[in-house]
Amino acid sequence: MDFRLTDEQTMLAETVGALLHDCCSGADLRRLLESGAARDAGRWAQIEAMGLPLMLAPEARGGSGLGMVEMALVAIACGHAALPEPLVEHAGIAVPALVAVGRDVPAGTVAVGHPVNPFVADADTAEALLLADGDAMHLVPRAAVTLVRQDSIDPFRRLFRVDWKPAPATRIGGAALWEAALERGALLAAAQLLGLAQRAVDISVAYTKERQQFGKPIGSFQAVKHHLASAQVKIEFARPVVLAASALPASSLARARVSHAKLAAQTAADAASHAAVQVHGAMGYSWEVDVHFVLKRALALGQAWGTPGFHRARVAEHMLSAPLGPDRTFDAVPLQQEARSEAA
Amino acid sequence: MDIRYTPEEQAFRAEVRRWMAAHVPAQPLPDFDSTREGFEAHRQWERTLHAGGWGMVTWPVEYGGRGLDLIRWLIFEEEYYRAGAPGRVNQNGIFLLGPTLIEYGTPEQKARFLPAMAAGDHIWAQAWSEPGAGSDLAGVRSTAVRDGDDYVLSGHKIWSSRAVHADWAFGLFRAPGSERHKGLSLILFPLDAAGVTVRPIQRFDGKPVFAELFLDNVRVPATNRLGEEGQGWAVCMSTAGFERGLMLRSPARFQVAAAKLVDLYRARAGAADPALGAAVAQAWMDADAYALSIYATASRLMAGGAIGPETSTNKIFWSELDLDLHKTALALLGAEAELTAAAPDASADVGDWLDGYVFSLAGPVYAGANEIQRNIIAERMLGLPR
Ligand SMILES: Cc1cc2nc3c(=O)[nH]c(=O)nc-3n(C[C@H](O)[C@H](O)[C@H](O)COP(=O)(O)OP(=O)(O)OC[C@H]3O[C@@H](n4cnc5c(N)ncnc54)[C@H](O)[C@@H]3O)c2cc1C
Repeated sequence: MDFRLTDEQTMLAETVGALLHDCCSGADLRRLLESGAARDAGRWAQIEAMGLPLMLAPEARGGSGLGMVEMALVAIACGHAALPEPLVEHAGIAVPALVAVGRDVPAGTVAVGHPVNPFVADADTAEALLLADGDAMHLVPRAAVTLVRQDSIDPFRRLFRVDWKPAPATRIGGAALWEAALERGALLAAAQLLGLAQRAVDISVAYTKERQQFGKPIGSFQAVKHHLASAQVKIEFARPVVLAASALPASSLARARVSHAKLAAQTAADAASHAAVQVHGAMGYSWEVDVHFVLKRALALGQAWGTPGFHRARVAEHMLSAPLGPDRTFDAVPLQQEARSEAA
Repeated sequence: MDIRYTPEEQAFRAEVRRWMAAHVPAQPLPDFDSTREGFEAHRQWERTLHAGGWGMVTWPVEYGGRGLDLIRWLIFEEEYYRAGAPGRVNQNGIFLLGPTLIEYGTPEQKARFLPAMAAGDHIWAQAWSEPGAGSDLAGVRSTAVRDGDDYVLSGHKIWSSRAVHADWAFGLFRAPGSERHKGLSLILFPLDAAGVTVRPIQRFDGKPVFAELFLDNVRVPATNRLGEEGQGWAVCMSTAGFERGLMLRSPARFQVAAAKLVDLYRARAGAADPALGAAVAQAWMDADAYALSIYATASRLMAGGAIGPETSTNKIFWSELDLDLHKTALALLGAEAELTAAAPDASADVGDWLDGYVFSLAGPVYAGANEIQRNIIAERMLGLPR
């Protein structure tokens, strides 16, 4: 038992974090908005140069052969940066689905139209889309669908209603693909929410150290401190859940833990982004500071990939049907009841 | 990262489980606060544990431990709580003072105090708080006056848990004339020494869970001082901080309580109120999150890492989860919630939940009030100005 990141995992998280810190700051986000472009081509090129879009694909297919722990770490960094480009959905959800059925991954990105979400994110810039027809998963070229944009309060969420006609030729698999996609989608939404929550605290710490009222930095006032400390506590107890959920093999516990991760990270992101608005005062309500980028993404991802109610029901299902107890944290193979009879 | 137990860890779990099955008393012991009999029954249990080699598994073998790592300590605790074993009457000794002795004690002090602590011969109380020094612990006024090879202790300590029946206490005293964090020393004294008066204090339900200590020229040898003279603050904070954040409340305790809460929810048809279902699920998730966080910390410490401000985030998280869990239990019990175990018509577990609730109410206060922990998080973890 060693519930710790490896040095390689820590290094990956730091490298991706540093890259996004450099090319996805608040100023970069504003510049992208002003340009009207869907993506920052330079940034995406750097992400591709690091091999991130194919990180989950096996090496034989040109990927890095990494696992969900690594993917979750990358998603935390993407959340922290409020990254506009669809790295997480493409690399973390679409690519593994295609790999699972032996399909080649197209050169561009693949958008995911999971039935749990009402609209498809980043469909316009995708080369192809994974779409649902009942239980079936179809891989459909972008050119074969019609898109109707749905405006989100998050300017970087490019949501679309997709009109299309299923054809046998585009079917690539059935319900199992969608089920696996849901687990990954919810887990990676949780990871992004965790990153968003930490970003909200980080922005707030920086601001409240600088901003002066009553002749002192507002960060020295206890009420301000306690808002941020309470948010940080929520973050600290969401993070190990996200990591454990990403490391567990498929099981009833793993499903429950993905949902737990989503709920805990959503709560943390909610608490942290609201605390951020409050400790920034009117500035937190303005377009000027970066708080709203975090707030909006947290709002969107908190409800995407299964609402809190959806995930609470999944937790309850496990809690009311599986054996519980302190020996089950990692789904340890149940020991025989023989202990008691042997001793008797 | 490898979140599987090794075969050795599994075998260890099986060994603990077997031992617990054979030794945990079939009937719960009478509680250790209300009567001397209850206290002594728990001392006897400490002796049984020690005889089996289970007193404190992480301690070095020569002091009565097994020299095991923190993952095994977690496994031990899981099996301990799973088996419904008695509460540790010597928790202030084994979890707080013991590790401090291991870090700061002289070889003579370790040999003198640790084996007796592990064996349950000395049950310890903590004597830090004073009427004028609670959160502001550096405000203690009790004094230790050096007199040749002795210290003479005087002052007034308060809220000392289990001191009504305990044998020894570890207290924080200052050199006369010293101020704040300077001039403090951690000194061990027997509670039956001449000049010590122990006055029980009742918890709000009447149970004498703690005591006031009046010290009137209590003479102890200078060899009872732990760490350097004047370094008492550092001694108290470093190791005690570590232990409080990690060991004082092991996750298994809350995981077992959460599993019982789920049973209560089923038995009480709590499903009728969806809000209660959500609260039960939250309690179960929180206990699980706490366990995962402690596994992460234990793994890090075993790889040579140091404990950080997570002692403060842990303290807030476990105390709030414990309180929420018990509030949910009372909500499930409904109009029966107010019944104590003594009520003739109360069903079996009703009084236990109430007792657990009363206990959990103090969690956000003791071991450093949660407001103080939030200050620490803001200042030391987030770097906000003082
Ligand atoms: C069940 C129980 C068992 C205990 N056992 C022991 C024991 O064995 N040994 C021992 O030595 N002590 C023990 N204590 C005492 C415990 O350590 C103190 O109660 C605790 O440190 C708080 O001190 P206080 O009670 O004087 O409260 P105060 O310090 O008076 O605090 C009262 C309130 O004011 C708040 N407050 C105080 N200062 C600040 C600040 N700077 N910023 C924000 N808020 C502040 C506190 O958070 C709290 O909410 C025990 C207490 C309890 C309840």
